[in-house]
Amino acid sequence: MTDLSDQSRRNFLTQCLAGAVACGAGAALRAPAQPPPATKSCVAIARDPMLRGAGMDLDPHRLAALLDRTMLALFGSVHATATSNESILAVWRRIAGPDDTVSLKVNTLGGRGISTHVDLVAAVCDRLQRAGVHPANMIVWDRDTEEMERSGFRIAIGGDRVQCYGTDRVGYEDELSAWGSVGSRLSKILTRSSTVLINLPVLKDHDGAGVTIALKNMYGAIHNPNKYHPNGCDPYVADLNMLPEIRSRLKLVICDATAAMYEGGPGFKPEHSWKANSLLVSEDAVALDYTGWQMIEHKRAEMGLKTLEAEQRAPHYIATAADGQHRLGHCDPSRIAVVEA
Amino acid sequence: MKGKSATAECPACTPIDRRSFLMCALASGAALGAGELAAPAVAVPLASCAESQSDAQFTFEARFYEKLANRKIRCKLCPRECIVGDKERGYCGVRENRGGVYYTLVHSRVCAAHIDPIEKKPLFHYLPGTTAFSIATAGCNVNCKFCQNWDISQSRPEEIPAEYVSPHQAAAAALQNNCPTIAYTYSEPVVFAEYLMDTADAGHAAGVRSIVVSNGYIQHDSLVEAYGKMDAVKIDLKAFTESYYTKVVTGQLKPVLETLVTLRKMGKWTEIVYLVVPTLNDDDAEFRGLAQWVKANLGPDVPLHFTQFHPEYLLKNLPITPVPTLERAKAIADAEGLHYVYIGNVPGHPAQNTYCPQCRKMLVERVGFTASQLLIRKDSTCPFCRHKIPGIWHA
Repeated sequence: MTDLSDQSRRNFLTQCLAGAVACGAGAALRAPAQPPPATKSCVAIARDPMLRGAGMDLDPHRLAALLDRTMLALFGSVHATATSNESILAVWRRIAGPDDTVSLKVNTLGGRGISTHVDLVAAVCDRLQRAGVHPANMIVWDRDTEEMERSGFRIAIGGDRVQCYGTDRVGYEDELSAWGSVGSRLSKILTRSSTVLINLPVLKDHDGAGVTIALKNMYGAIHNPNKYHPNGCDPYVADLNMLPEIRSRLKLVICDATAAMYEGGPGFKPEHSWKANSLLVSEDAVALDYTGWQMIEHKRAEMGLKTLEAEQRAPHYIATAADGQHRLGHCDPSRIAVVEA
Repeated sequence: MKGKSATAECPACTPIDRRSFLMCALASGAALGAGELAAPAVAVPLASCAESQSDAQFTFEARFYEKLANRKIRCKLCPRECIVGDKERGYCGVRENRGGVYYTLVHSRVCAAHIDPIEKKPLFHYLPGTTAFSIATAGCNVNCKFCQNWDISQSRPEEIPAEYVSPHQAAAAALQNNCPTIAYTYSEPVVFAEYLMDTADAGHAAGVRSIVVSNGYIQHDSLVEAYGKMDAVKIDLKAFTESYYTKVVTGQLKPVLETLVTLRKMGKWTEIVYLVVPTLNDDDAEFRGLAQWVKANLGPDVPLHFTQFHPEYLLKNLPITPVPTLERAKAIADAEGLHYVYIGNVPGHPAQNTYCPQCRKMLVERVGFTASQLLIRKDSTCPFCRHKIPGIWHA
């Protein structure tokens, strides 16, 4: 399995094939803007109470197995076994292939306590590689390189390996991209070095936005996220995700809910986090955000806290993302099929 | 160094390139004339930019905030009053909560510097014909859709090249370049209030004045403390309706009007610029309401500049303001009894000159950004009729 952590990176690198991709090279869009969402969206959730064994650290093998279960459930291969390599590869080939450059947008704002886990990203890269994507054509990225390092990622630039660095290393486009209330310069990693975007957010409370999951994770792709926090980030989050550079590339959301926060976010507050030991996967970021929001509300109720609505910080941007102007996905529960893997 | 070349008098000005700026600010004793001003510099690659900047040297605890529970803070600098959680930044993007302590990240972090005619600010009743050593940091507390300097004002400090320029270095650079004034401008000086205050102190100690070009979107106490150190203030009054401030500026009108009244009470020399944007704030009733409010609350002697809009940033779909629109605005304000109403961004227009409101004779002639003739006497009176002309005319 691919491991991007310091310890096992060497092993992974030796497995990589030759080839390189120049950072900043132009990349053609693979498809035009997405059509309106299907009549129903699927969100697959998988849980593993034994994900950490008896200790606190994630078991990377169990985490990879959890990922496989979730992906198979999402794409309808519910009868296949998790060990069926062909089924798993078939699923990943739907996401990307040998001609693609895949960018994996992680979330590392919260440090090691509440960031996309390195082992999960490594498992995704491993499966993409097996699906035919060249390692050097995968870029793990976030806003800031130092934040990524603090969250356990080892920075890799150049060579025949999975690339891993922040936008601060290459910068933002000079030209603005605009939609609705949003006018921003986008990360060159997204615009110039990826044909496919996989969004790998975490599941957490946000003091202003209510929750921050998949849609809001794209704030890490622009130069001016500070401008889009008023009014609970509504409609900014939805408008941002309408930018063609994002919308046309986004193929999959894999939410790392191995650890999650129900209060006190977005900074890590151990007293408000819980080991959810879960993954959520969907092609519909809106449906996934709605589902994740409900998980947080459930946990809040369990902990005796008010709902986010009662605290006047419900994430209304999720409904905005689903409205007639945006049509980024579904937030009506009757149109979301939650599949427990 | 970043910034944008301006075609006329607007906050956007051509910055000195990186090398020239360092020479100007830190080493050279030679005056830097207009002929030596470089074209906008191409930024160094961001990677090397980030590596060259030590975050610590620009990071100081902010002065205007209060601590809240759970390591949150409430910023008290501008009316927005951002409540900022740990590891987050305020709307301006240049202030960050680190463990419950709020920091400015832009103290001495100068991303644009230039020697400008004071007429370019524009300040028409303040030391005409002199130059100002003009500096800015990244950041702004609003997000005007027409911003001409959005590449610095709407960026976080680590995204754009900058140099360390201490308050004393800024004052020394002004002196070395024969600038009687330091101007805080280009982006929004409210967000670098601490640096502005320290630099004004250093400048005054060295015999250099300070002026600020600001949106006026600032809390009362911060205004009094920070702009109390200024020798003159130019306020961009973006419109005279709350809806415009909400939709186009992402701010509020009321606090800006309160700022103008406070500055008046403080006795600060203040001039107002109103950027006339076609179809958005160019209504006769709005011009009239503005002029009436200025006269009633600030008096008839406050200079009011109606300036021409050029399509920029997120408002590229609108045309340049027709000159007749500006002339109509001036006519309305004149009719309401304001004494000094100017038209800006239209080089050569006669409404760029200053006329005595009593005898109507021309007292200051301006050609572009140059004051070509200054007839006002040392005692600030008209040489023809001895009418008092308000302003700071002579050093």
